[in-house]
Amino acid sequence: MTAHLKQDGPVDRAHLDGMQQGLLGKAVPRIEGYAKVTGTATYAAEYDVADPAEGVLVTATITKGKVTYIDNDAALAMPGVLAVIADARMTTRPAQGTAGEAPEQEPQSVSYWGQPIAVVVAETFEEARNAAKHLVVAYEADADVDLDPAAAQPEPQDGQAVEMGDLTAAMDAATHSVDLTIETDGHASAAMEPHAAIADWDGDNLTVRASLQMLNYNIAELADALGVEEDNVRLISRYVGGGFGSKLGISEEVVAAALAARQLGRPVRVVMSRQQVFQCIMRRSETHQRLQLACDAEGRLTAFGHHARVSNLPGESFAEPVLQSSHFLYGAENRSLGMDLVRIHRMTAGSVRAPGEAVGMPALEMAMDELAEKAGIDPVAFRLRNIPGENPEEDLPFTSHTLADCLRQGAEAFGWDDGPRRPRMRREGDWWIGTGMASAARVHNVSEAKARVRLTAEGRAVVQTDMTDLGTGTYTILAQIAGEMLGLPIDRVTVELGDTNHPRGPGSGGSWGAASIGSAVYLACKALREEIARRANTGEAELGLKDGAVAGGRTLVDLLGGEALEEVGHYEPGDNQDAWTASGFGAFFAQVRVNHWTGEARVDRMLGAFGFGRVLNEKTARSQCLGGITWSIGAALTEALHFDPRDGHLANPDLAEYHVPVHRDVQDVEVLMLEERDPLASAIQAKGIGELGMCGGAGAIANAVYNACGARLRELPMTPDRILAALPE
Amino acid sequence: MSETITVNGVSQPLPDDVRVSLLDFLRQHLGLTGTKKGCDHGQCGACTVLVDGFRINSCLTLAAMHADQEVTTIEGLGTPEDPSALQRAFVEHDAFQCGYCTPGQICSATALLEEIRSEWPSDASDDLAAPTLTDEEIRERMSGNLCRCGAYANILAAIRQVAEEDA
Ligand code: FES
Ligand code: FES
Repeated sequence: MTAHLKQDGPVDRAHLDGMQQGLLGKAVPRIEGYAKVTGTATYAAEYDVADPAEGVLVTATITKGKVTYIDNDAALAMPGVLAVIADARMTTRPAQGTAGEAPEQEPQSVSYWGQPIAVVVAETFEEARNAAKHLVVAYEADADVDLDPAAAQPEPQDGQAVEMGDLTAAMDAATHSVDLTIETDGHASAAMEPHAAIADWDGDNLTVRASLQMLNYNIAELADALGVEEDNVRLISRYVGGGFGSKLGISEEVVAAALAARQLGRPVRVVMSRQQVFQCIMRRSETHQRLQLACDAEGRLTAFGHHARVSNLPGESFAEPVLQSSHFLYGAENRSLGMDLVRIHRMTAGSVRAPGEAVGMPALEMAMDELAEKAGIDPVAFRLRNIPGENPEEDLPFTSHTLADCLRQGAEAFGWDDGPRRPRMRREGDWWIGTGMASAARVHNVSEAKARVRLTAEGRAVVQTDMTDLGTGTYTILAQIAGEMLGLPIDRVTVELGDTNHPRGPGSGGSWGAASIGSAVYLACKALREEIARRANTGEAELGLKDGAVAGGRTLVDLLGGEALEEVGHYEPGDNQDAWTASGFGAFFAQVRVNHWTGEARVDRMLGAFGFGRVLNEKTARSQCLGGITWSIGAALTEALHFDPRDGHLANPDLAEYHVPVHRDVQDVEVLMLEERDPLASAIQAKGIGELGMCGGAGAIANAVYNACGARLRELPMTPDRILAALPE
Repeated sequence: MSETITVNGVSQPLPDDVRVSLLDFLRQHLGLTGTKKGCDHGQCGACTVLVDGFRINSCLTLAAMHADQEVTTIEGLGTPEDPSALQRAFVEHDAFQCGYCTPGQICSATALLEEIRSEWPSDASDDLAAPTLTDEEIRERMSGNLCRCGAYANILAAIRQVAEEDA
C-alpha cells in the first residue's frame, strides 16, 4: 500500500516529537561507519564483476571542430586491445542535474578542449591506458572560437530579472551607497572518488554500477542516451565518494561503459582519471558581478542592485544562479536584479556545491560590509536592521526565519566585538589580525520521493529507496526516522540505498535529499503504525512503541503474528513550495591573519551559526556544516580554475594545481546549530543543510581580510598576489 | 619470475606487467579495494598504505619494486568486527563523510603515531629533536591526505583521542 502526502500546508511537529524511541536528532554514529573505516564499503569501480574489460576515455585536443579520423587499426594491433569505440550515442558532456534526458552526444563533434571522443577497451587497465594515450586522431578545427566571457555576446536571463522602484534615483539620493564590481574564479567539485562505471549486460538488460547522485533521473538519462527502455536498466550506487554536484547527471564514462560492454558482450569498467574528472565533468562558472547598495542615515537599505554575468557552452540551459538569495535576503524598495549568460567554449558549466549562493552571497556580503562601514554601523547590527518581514519581491511570507537569531547567537559565541572597527587595529609580528562576518542563506526545496519500509515478522525494519548517500548521512538519518516511528533501536533497522530496483527517491542534490526522502520514510512508517494500532486496539496517535515493546504490555513481534508488513511512503511538494519562501539561514564569523610582507591570508578561527529546521542527527548535520565551512575557506583563499586564453583548456586540472583546503588550512572551526521546527519545510519539519555552510562564508573571510590589513579585494579567491595589489600604502 | 610481496601477512606473487602500480596491484589484482585511487599522481593521499611500517602513496610506486616487502592496507589494520583504535575513533568522532579518503587517512594516522614515537620532526615541530603531538603537528602531518568532504576537524579529534589513550 502507498501512503501519500502532497504538502499544501504545515505538518504538525507534535506527531513526530511525540514518539518515544528517543533516536531522532541524536548524535548517532553513521550506521555504515565501520564499512567505511575498514575499507569494506564498495564504491563504483570496486564491485566484484566477473572478468571485466577495462576502458579508458580518449579526449579531444582541439577546442571546437570535428574528428575526421581515428586510427583504429594501429590501436587494435597493440597488446590486449579489444576495441576502439566512438559510437554516436556516446555522451560528450555530463547531464545537468534533474535533466532526465540524454545530454549532448555525437563525440565526433567537438565543442570544448578535453571532451571525450572515444573509449579504448583492453584486457587490462595498463594496456587500455597505453593504447588510449597513443591513439592517433585527426581533426578539422574551427577558427575563431569564443573563449573570453568578457568579450562574448550576453544573453539576458529574463526569468531572473526584477525591476522595482528606481534603483538609479535611489542610489543618487541615498545618504550612503556602494557600487562595486566583484569577480570570482570558477570552481571544481573535486569529489575524492573519480567518476567510474562498470556496465554488464544480461541479454537486453543492463546493470551499471556507477557513482551517481540522482539515480531517479540518471536512469532516464542513460536509457535515453542508449535508446533503450528504462525497464531494461538498473543503476547501483550504494556508496558515492562525494558528489558536490559533479555526479548529479549521468556522466560520460557511464554511457561509454554501457556501449562498450554491449559491443564486446562482456562487462566493461571505465574509470575517469583525475584530469578527466576536472576537464569533462562540471565547472562552476566564473562570475562577474555588480553590486549597488544604498541606505539611509539609519542604515536602512533603500536600493538593492545585483547584476551578474556567467558563462556556459552553447546548448546548455544552466546558468549559475548567482542571485538566488539576493531576491529575498534583504529588504529595499528600489530593486534591480539581472543575469546575463555568455556562450563560450570552455568545459560544461553546471552545479558545484551551492550553485549560485556559493559565489553570489560572498559578493553581496562584501558589499554589505563596505556599506556598513560607510554608514558607521556595526556589520552585525546593519544586517539585523535589514531583515525583511516577508519576501521583498513576491509578497510571500517566510516559512520560518532564523537569520536574526543566527546573527545574535553566532556573534555571542564567537565573541564578536561590536566596538569601533577600522583596519590594522591588531598586529602580531609579521601578521595583521582581523575579524569579519557575513550572513548565510540557501533556498530550501523539497522534491517528490518514495520509500518502502518493511517490518519483518521478527520485528526488524528495512528501508528501501534508490536515494543515495554521498557522505551526507542519508543511511543513518533514515534509520533514525524509521526507528523513532516504529519504536526500534537503530541496530534493528536496515537501510538499503542506491539501487533503482527500489522505489524512486528524490536524489541527492540541491540540499533537498534528507527532508524529502525523510518525509517519505515518515509517511510509510505512519501507515505501518496505523496497522499496528489497529491490532493493538488503539489509535495511531496514542500508540506507544519503544524498543520493540508496545505500551500496554504486548510486543511488536507478538502483534505482527508471524506476518511481515510493508508500506510505501510517497511525499510530494505542494502549495508549501509556492505560497511561502523557504530558506535556511545562518551567520559566519571569521578571524584571519594576513602577512604584512607576503600578503598570505590564513583563517585562524571560523564559526558558523545555522538554522535549518529540525536537526535529524546532530553528528552528521554538524559534519555537513563543517564541510561547508571548509569549502568557504577554499573559495575565499585558494580555489580557482584557470583556463588557457588561447584554446580554453583547463590549465590546472588536478589536485596539485587546483588547491582544495588541506588539513593545515583548517584551524579552529565551530558550528552552532539553532534547532527549530519548520512545519512548512517538509513533513519532518527539516530543511536542507548540505550547502548552507558555504553560502556566504567566503564573504566573512574577505571582510576579515579587510579588517586585518585594509585591502578591499575585488576578486575571489584572495591569493597573496591579489591581496598585495589591493593593500593601501 | 617468482618474486613475491607480502600483503597483510599473506605472500603474493608479483604481477608480470611491470607497469602495474602498487595501488592497482592491490585493487585490481588482489581485490583489496579498501585502498582508494583519488588521483593516481601522488596528490591526494587516498592510496596511502604502510610498506614495512612506513606510509607511502601506493599510486606513486610500481608493485614490482616491492619484492620481499611487507604491505599493510586498511583491511590489515582491522575489520568491522575487530576494528583498530583509530578505526573506532574515526566512527565515534564522525571523522569522515563519504568515506573515500578515509582508509588513506587512517593508514596515514597509524604511521603518524609511530613517527612521533620515533621522534621524527616536521615543519610544525617546535623542538626538532623531540616533537610532541600538538594539534598543529597532527594537521601538518595529515596535510598530504585531502578530504574534500571537509572532515578535518573531526579527523583531528579522532587522532588526538587515540594518541591520548596511547600515552
Ligand atoms: S591516489 Fe595516490 S595520492 Fe592520490
Ligand atoms: S570523507 Fe569524503 S573525502 Fe574525506
